Amino acid sequence: MARRELPEINAGSMADIAFLLLIFFLVTTTMDVDTGISRKLPEKQPEDMERPKLKEKNVFIVTVNRSNQILVEGEKIMTVDKIREEAMNFIDNGGGLGNPMKDPKTGEMLPAAECDWCEGAKDPASSDHPNKAIISLESDRGTSYGTYIAVQNELVGAYSDLRNRLAKNLYGVSYDKLLKDAKNNLSNEGLKEKIKYIKARYPQIISEAEPKK
Amino acid sequence: MSKFRKKKKGTPAISTASLPDIVFMLLFFFMVTTVMRETDLKIQKPKLPYATEVKKLERKSLVSYVYVGKVKGQNGDKIQLNDRIADVKDVKYFVFAERDTHPEDEVPLLTTSIKADIESSVGTITDIKEELRNVNALKINYSTLTGDVMKNIQK
Repeated sequence: MARRELPEINAGSMADIAFLLLIFFLVTTTMDVDTGISRKLPEKQPEDMERPKLKEKNVFIVTVNRSNQILVEGEKIMTVDKIREEAMNFIDNGGGLGNPMKDPKTGEMLPAAECDWCEGAKDPASSDHPNKAIISLESDRGTSYGTYIAVQNELVGAYSDLRNRLAKNLYGVSYDKLLKDAKNNLSNEGLKEKIKYIKARYPQIISEAEPKK
Repeated sequence: MSKFRKKKKGTPAISTASLPDIVFMLLFFFMVTTVMRETDLKIQKPKLPYATEVKKLERKSLVSYVYVGKVKGQNGDKIQLNDRIADVKDVKYFVFAERDTHPEDEVPLLTTSIKADIESSVGTITDIKEELRNVNALKINYSTLTGDVMKNIQK
């Protein structure tokens, strides 16, 4: 009788099984990417500290009440999608002299000057300068978090739109692109300078007031 | 004589026996590296709001999480720190505990990420923010998903 060889087990389908498992794990695991709106809280001030004097025209007040309605500057009720434009108009108005700024090259303090990069209406009744313009977000304790975040997002968005525009005008690329490039090569000082320059031109001044009881 | 039969010509088939090994290696790699959620949620999973102006949180080791959401059958917002439901007053001890686990030079970089449900009230968030200000933990991040903000607004 001829010697029969032990038949080899076909391992070809093993790969399929393993692939199946692999794909299952690939699909079911969600890598938690944490994204969000970053803010810096103001430091606690001593009780007796003097309040800084602000002109009313330099403050843009957004109020959200407990039924999630939005009131801008105490007179206009609007929806979330209109806020961005309104805030941009306010910041970019450039109706007067700004706070003294540092010269980007020499680091010397320059005298107060007009905003020569603003494209706003130069309305004397609105903000003087982007570095004087303050956005104040007032909310009620009962405001829903979703609306609150939506409004915050639009306000931050107004600043990033303005920064993007300025960066496009000056360097031909958007501010977002500058940030992204700077993250990819940390040693590029030129990029950092550009980012600093734009940030100083449109400083983000958003105040989150304590909600009324 | 069968033993000396002429060998068949042609290229031999490539052995695929090691293919499963390769795939298993990949499988184990993914199984080991993927991190499932570290803390059990005692509250209902917060439905995060949407935003477009988002930043990615870098360096996860510097981030501590505060969850805000609802508990089934109970009214009001609940705050979860680590793996238990806590009071607003406990936030400062949470921050201190978090600081203890980091070297001194990293303390100013610590960020608190607030993962709050879309329906929670701003009052709760403000209380947390106030507590954080009291202990000088000023870097915060409102955790959001990326998407259209109009989805946040309930009809």
